[in-house]
Amino acid sequence: MRHIISILIENEVGALARVAGLFSARGYNIESLTVAPTQDPALSRMTVVTSGSEAVIEQIVKQLNKLIDVVRVVDLPEAGQIERELMLIKVHATHEHRDEVKRLTDIFRGKIIDVTPETFVIEMTGEQSKMDAFIQALGMERIIELVRSGTTGIIRGANGI
Amino acid sequence: MVPDFSATGVNVELSGAEIVVQCLEDEGVEMIFGYPGGAVLHIYDALFQRDKVKHILVRHEQGATHAADGYARATGKPGVVLVTSGPGATNAVTGIATAHMDSIPMVIITGQVPLPVIGSDAFQEADIVGITRPCVKHNFLVKDLNKLAETIRKAFHIATTGRPGPVLVDIPKNLTDPNIKIPYHYPDQVAMRGYAPQASSDSSQIARAADLLLAARRPVIYTGGGVVLGNASEALVRLTRTLGYPITQTLMGLGSYPATDRQFIGMLGMHGTYEANMAMHECDVLLAVGARFDDRVTGKLAEFCPDAKIIHIDIDPASISKTVAVDIAIVGDVSDSLAQLQGAIEAHRQKPDAASICEWWERIERWRSVGCLEFDRAAELIKPQFVVEQLWEATSGKAYITSDVGQHQMWAAQYYRFDQPRRWINSGGLGTMGFGLPAAIGVKLAHPDETVACITGEASIQMCIQELATALQYRTPIKIVNLNNGYMGMVRQWQEFIYESRYSESYLETLPDFVKVAEAYGHVGMRITRPADVRPALEEALRLKDRTVFMDFLTDPTENVYPMIEAGKAHHEMRLAPGVSIDTELA
Repeated sequence: MRHIISILIENEVGALARVAGLFSARGYNIESLTVAPTQDPALSRMTVVTSGSEAVIEQIVKQLNKLIDVVRVVDLPEAGQIERELMLIKVHATHEHRDEVKRLTDIFRGKIIDVTPETFVIEMTGEQSKMDAFIQALGMERIIELVRSGTTGIIRGANGI
Repeated sequence: MVPDFSATGVNVELSGAEIVVQCLEDEGVEMIFGYPGGAVLHIYDALFQRDKVKHILVRHEQGATHAADGYARATGKPGVVLVTSGPGATNAVTGIATAHMDSIPMVIITGQVPLPVIGSDAFQEADIVGITRPCVKHNFLVKDLNKLAETIRKAFHIATTGRPGPVLVDIPKNLTDPNIKIPYHYPDQVAMRGYAPQASSDSSQIARAADLLLAARRPVIYTGGGVVLGNASEALVRLTRTLGYPITQTLMGLGSYPATDRQFIGMLGMHGTYEANMAMHECDVLLAVGARFDDRVTGKLAEFCPDAKIIHIDIDPASISKTVAVDIAIVGDVSDSLAQLQGAIEAHRQKPDAASICEWWERIERWRSVGCLEFDRAAELIKPQFVVEQLWEATSGKAYITSDVGQHQMWAAQYYRFDQPRRWINSGGLGTMGFGLPAAIGVKLAHPDETVACITGEASIQMCIQELATALQYRTPIKIVNLNNGYMGMVRQWQEFIYESRYSESYLETLPDFVKVAEAYGHVGMRITRPADVRPALEEALRLKDRTVFMDFLTDPTENVYPMIEAGKAHHEMRLAPGVSIDTELA
């Protein structure tokens, strides 16, 4: 099953390599991984989207906790979390298709942020499934380039991790 | 003139090199194992001017890590290694990985090229922090001289607490410049928000474990290296005797319960005893202590202890339910947890069910009566088992024994019956050939008055044989028991069993004359070819107290290690030695 794991980690040299190395060395999946500093510049927040049985996810969390630089690990609960991903997508948009692409973008609450006579760049945020649905709606033949940030997530409610 | 770096002096100004040495002194390190080179020359110069920390010069950096490892295993104190950048550091990697797999506390200080040239493919540059990341507990690249002392303190703290392990500190050469001095302060404590090993165990789990253990009808206690590392031998013996249950141990656990005690049913796993493996297969409650359910122990996972409820005590939460799901998990210091469990059991209303336990012991004794470790005592060729057994007798079972990896290692584990912890020193997890000789040097340096023997084979010993020179330089008289059958014996055994005797590259066609090799290195060499000469040779070697003696025993090349559970098979699917029959058990 798909899990989103949030990791608070000391912002030390090689911290990212330790996490990425752990996943490859132990044969765990990484669907996506994002990392950036937090409000405390000494800490980075990493979000890993992975999949596996409950036993595998339990091991992933335990092994991450064993890393000395890791301060906190939370397997975000499916019900109580908010996940978002940023996607930038460059598409063919010649005159007969421009309106259709614009309409689709509006329906998916995206923004057109760059325009040339033949192309648009669209910005979109949302859950992974929404991105996938938008890509499908556009059709692969229309896509020139696609960049996704990978999923980040946060727990709902008053408490932090 | 010897500079005065007083340990707690205020405003003492030291160079980075002096800080390294001073930190080792403040940490109470009595000896380090190393090999100099360009990037650590400043540190070696600082060492030269001090005499508190003794430096042991090895002949290869792999030897430094194994010697430090042997020292650590025999004492419980961290082993310390100092090597240079690039090849010095990469040569140390095998020893670091060996220590990592067996959770041995070790601090490795590596020199690195100067900070400004890191990443430029400078001479003797290797990204050793990157290379060792998967085989250390943690590692550091020091980039700021002001953080050097604190980093070294952290390294020792991490290496020795929780589940121990090797920690590497990589120090760029310019940080050890003798001309740049800063005030020195060695912190007593270090705060790391990501590191706080769990010490105390959950009392409700202890109570549940006591209930389950006392309700058991066919219990087995199975313990591993964690009992040795956690100095929990006494607590284990006490609990095992209180319960009266059978106990089996992994390769790494041997010695933490006396092997000569009746309740000990032998090692378990791939080359475990018939009685231990059968008891595992039939047990209804398993108490696992400081063990990690390694594949060589469990055999086929799907058929591991099929009827058992499992209790697992371990300091490392990640060891719990990693390969085998357990019913009761107790995370904490092994010694404390065992003491708490002891208290809970003593205070319990219920006592072990005497009738069931008695019946269980009768079954175990029938399995034991199979005599799975019998071997041919009338053979004309020297049987390797006989050599180990004779060594055990000749040393009254009290020697420190190191080994390399292969058949001889298994025979050492089976026939040298260890009654005390930290006496059996071998590379269990990584299985590193070449470990035995340098480890024996480390053990002998730690315990100069004890008998130290290295049980090895003609293939393994050649992997670090250069350390014979170290043994001479530091006058560490060790007794090398070379079980020489001309083959990489364990490889040959698998090829015989699994590859229809196609002995692909397992025969060592050209062996050196080990007697001459020993003599060339300044030691005593002996060659023993007849069973009748085995004991006299051992006695003679032990009499030569001040000499390292290399005993080259020419043993039966066809001998195999039994019992054997082939990889992927279950505990009850053992291959027994020819001539050993389970008829007695079935009768």
